[in-house]
Amino acid sequence: MNAHRATAAELGRGLRAREYSSVEITRHFLERVGRANPSLNAFLTVTAERALEDARRADLRIARSEGGPLTGVPLAHKDIFCAAGVLTTCGSRMLSNFVAPYDATVVERLAAAGMVLLGKTNMDEFAMGSSNETSYYGPVKNPWDTSKVPGGSSGGSAAAVAARLAPVATGTDTGGSIRQPGALTGLTGFKPTYGRVSRYGMIAFASSLDQAGVLAQSAEDAALVLGAMAGHDPRDSTSVNAPVPDYAAGLEMPVRGLKIGIIREFFGEGLESRTGGAVRAAIEAFRALGASVVEVSLPHLPLSVPTYYVVAPAECSSNLSRYDGVRFGHRCAEPRDLMDLYKRTRGEGFGAEVKRRIMTGTYVLSAGYYDAFYLKAQKVRSLINADFKRAFGEVDVLMGPTTPTPAFAIGAKIDDPILMYLNDIYTIGANLAGLPAVSVPCGMVDGLPVGLQIIGPHFAEERLLATAHAWQRETDWHRRLPPGYA
Amino acid sequence: MSIEWETVIGLEIHAQLATRSKIFSGSSTSYGAAPNAQANLVDLGYPGVLPVLNREAVRMAVKLGLAIGATVARRSIFARKNYFYPDLPKGYQISQYEQPIVEDGTVEILLEDGTRKVVGVTRAHLEEDAGKSLHEGFGHSSGIDLNRAGTPLLEIVSEPDMRSAREAIAYMKKVHTLVRYLEICDGNMQEGSFRCDANVSVRHKGRTEFGTRCEIKNLNSFRFVERAINYEVARQIEVIEGGGSIVQETRLYDSSRDETRSMRSKEEANDYRYFPDPDLLPLVLDDAFVEDVRGQLPELPDAKAARFARDHGLSEYDAGVLTASRELAGYYERVVKAAGEPKLAANWVMGELSGFLNRDGLEIGAAPVGADALAGLLRRIVDGTISGKLAKDVFEAMWSEHREADAIIEAHGLRQITDTGAIEQEIAKVMAANPGQLADYRSGRDKLFGFFVGQVMKATGGKANPAQVNELLKRMLAGP
Repeated sequence: MNAHRATAAELGRGLRAREYSSVEITRHFLERVGRANPSLNAFLTVTAERALEDARRADLRIARSEGGPLTGVPLAHKDIFCAAGVLTTCGSRMLSNFVAPYDATVVERLAAAGMVLLGKTNMDEFAMGSSNETSYYGPVKNPWDTSKVPGGSSGGSAAAVAARLAPVATGTDTGGSIRQPGALTGLTGFKPTYGRVSRYGMIAFASSLDQAGVLAQSAEDAALVLGAMAGHDPRDSTSVNAPVPDYAAGLEMPVRGLKIGIIREFFGEGLESRTGGAVRAAIEAFRALGASVVEVSLPHLPLSVPTYYVVAPAECSSNLSRYDGVRFGHRCAEPRDLMDLYKRTRGEGFGAEVKRRIMTGTYVLSAGYYDAFYLKAQKVRSLINADFKRAFGEVDVLMGPTTPTPAFAIGAKIDDPILMYLNDIYTIGANLAGLPAVSVPCGMVDGLPVGLQIIGPHFAEERLLATAHAWQRETDWHRRLPPGYA
Repeated sequence: MSIEWETVIGLEIHAQLATRSKIFSGSSTSYGAAPNAQANLVDLGYPGVLPVLNREAVRMAVKLGLAIGATVARRSIFARKNYFYPDLPKGYQISQYEQPIVEDGTVEILLEDGTRKVVGVTRAHLEEDAGKSLHEGFGHSSGIDLNRAGTPLLEIVSEPDMRSAREAIAYMKKVHTLVRYLEICDGNMQEGSFRCDANVSVRHKGRTEFGTRCEIKNLNSFRFVERAINYEVARQIEVIEGGGSIVQETRLYDSSRDETRSMRSKEEANDYRYFPDPDLLPLVLDDAFVEDVRGQLPELPDAKAARFARDHGLSEYDAGVLTASRELAGYYERVVKAAGEPKLAANWVMGELSGFLNRDGLEIGAAPVGADALAGLLRRIVDGTISGKLAKDVFEAMWSEHREADAIIEAHGLRQITDTGAIEQEIAKVMAANPGQLADYRSGRDKLFGFFVGQVMKATGGKANPAQVNELLKRMLAGP
């Protein structure tokens, strides 16, 4: 069976044409997971029984000509989303025993769309990392080269889709955690506007930056899945109450006349030359499609990384206070007293990177440091926002590289946090400004994929998806499979 | 030479808002459920859950703001107050910090000596309550009950404007009255729905700078507030006069020993690392919302008291007492409406009625003698059927027998004797039985008049009309 060579959209069409059943393709993907996961470590939990149950139910709906374009199509969820009755670890020892008692809104909506849950994917601990090496459950391998990282923090989802263990997967993006692994594994990684998708049931890392999105094979798949998960949720006060357009219907929006801005600050020092070359060539190719290209400057954008590493740790230091060993999750053995319970539970339950960020965040919020760090970072954040706003007064979308280099070797940066943090230098800006952004494959360097990043104004999801789709009609980078997974 | 000291007090009142559900979750707020039966995933701080603000709590906070003439902020911010404690599930409390919903109001208090004083209210902000830690009955462990976690609180912070425990009590009682008028808090102090922290310092009279203050936590009765403040003032004066100095600290009041004890010093205080809660957008109120709330405000106690004083000729103090609760004021108004006689009604409501309610520990709504029944009794006083003195016995019988005044009067034969001939007869008998006193009276001992009144009343079982007795006695004692 070749179901793994089909996109989610194609599978949906095949199911509705009764070319195969959901149970059949679900079995096929489960087999692939069983074969490849021991080496890739992409899945933390495989929900085989539930998947087959979901699939049977989907087949019944299809038989009655009910459901939609995603009914019966399998998917994987990043292990940051709570799924009722399913182990939900967030990549941490702290939640190694946490079976979620409820469904995240994203999980609920995609289940309602008829999608089949294959399992939960590996991730950096509490989504803090850019390489998937901070997971308590071990690193994920990049299917393109298993000595390389798949990126992070949604590395398990990226590896799973890249190796076609799942046709599509969810991810979350706080500083690039969908786009960066998307770029490093040759996928379409889509992060919507902040507030477009509910955060309810998505375990919080940095609440003002976290946003759920999709790791997909194509813009069309991203459009379908995003359309099913987006929309207002009264359980999330930051979710935006605005209608969700039919993203799939908007894919054919023409690129002719599109004004593209190249972000000057993204092409300076630190960008590996062949990666930069591939990205420049891709942007130039848009001219042939009738778009115009101008260079724009966002002078405060280079301050993104330090700003992010104040704001995100500050929020995480507070968000992760609830893991205290009292009500759920890991608890140290035989605590002597309350302080001992706290210290050992949190000392044992959290890994080094999470501790580093909790300590950084606690520091920047402390009396006497708040103004110099947290408040200043918020001011820079509004300057970065203003830069984007100005740029979108001139152009429709911004383009640049997603990452400075293709996938790097496992172990190469894990001991140097600053070097690791710089990997997100091009992605963080969109999170700080709450903008939608997508990474699409645009070339290969030494057998490893390169990503082109497209950033749009707030709620320009349709425009971004149409731009990515136009690119994918002209190219086949997104159709390439890693050797050994065809 | 002894120095005169001045006490400076500021209060932080925590009023639990009378919403049906919690401030950020749909759990019920009702009191007394089995431990943790009213804590859902949001209250328990489960991974992935998010707070959603209860609109009713906002409406209630706005009500208070408008009632105290404060500024209702069109934009306020919820912050996180971070600290670890087992009864604080998220490891932070959501509370308004830098931009509260209510700022800069005033509350006027009326003291027993008739003086009025305006107490400034710095701010009132919305926040969630924590759960409860239970340290008894669990062996070496502690129990946690999170039913209260997430209950909406309005923290009302006064200026340090009060100068005695009495002023502090008067202020606290006034706020208590207000929140119940506004129906935003049930005011139940035993269940902790209305409690306060008191900031207390002393200074030499005439000084303008404040002394070092201590904060006394969690006072849940008016009596405790008064005692705790008085103890604390005496303690601080003793420390300073003994050559020591006051250390800024948080203290606990122990009611069984009637003393305050140190809980933690300023140095041990937490750094709460406040920052705006990214899960909640700034709370933005438009004018229409605020005006809508304003339109729903009831007549407030000060306005009601002024109206009572003006329309019913009551003293300010009496008007203040009668308007201390909306229910009492309503009762009084119903009595006046049915019987007229606003002054008589005021005396009865503040006197007998309040006395019996106190004695039996009843709320006014549960009084066995309703407003119409009391009005019935007052009508019989006014029309002379019974004397004021007898009326008290009738009232007591109404209270215990749950019957109307007329029924009691009939059944007990208490109708007043107003028949002049009958009274004259009794007077003649009394004069005949006391010839010595009569002779003394007639020789100038006027004070014996009272003795004869008493004898006549005794002889008639108290039923003789006192005015008639007076008049007839005067004439008959004077002699033919």
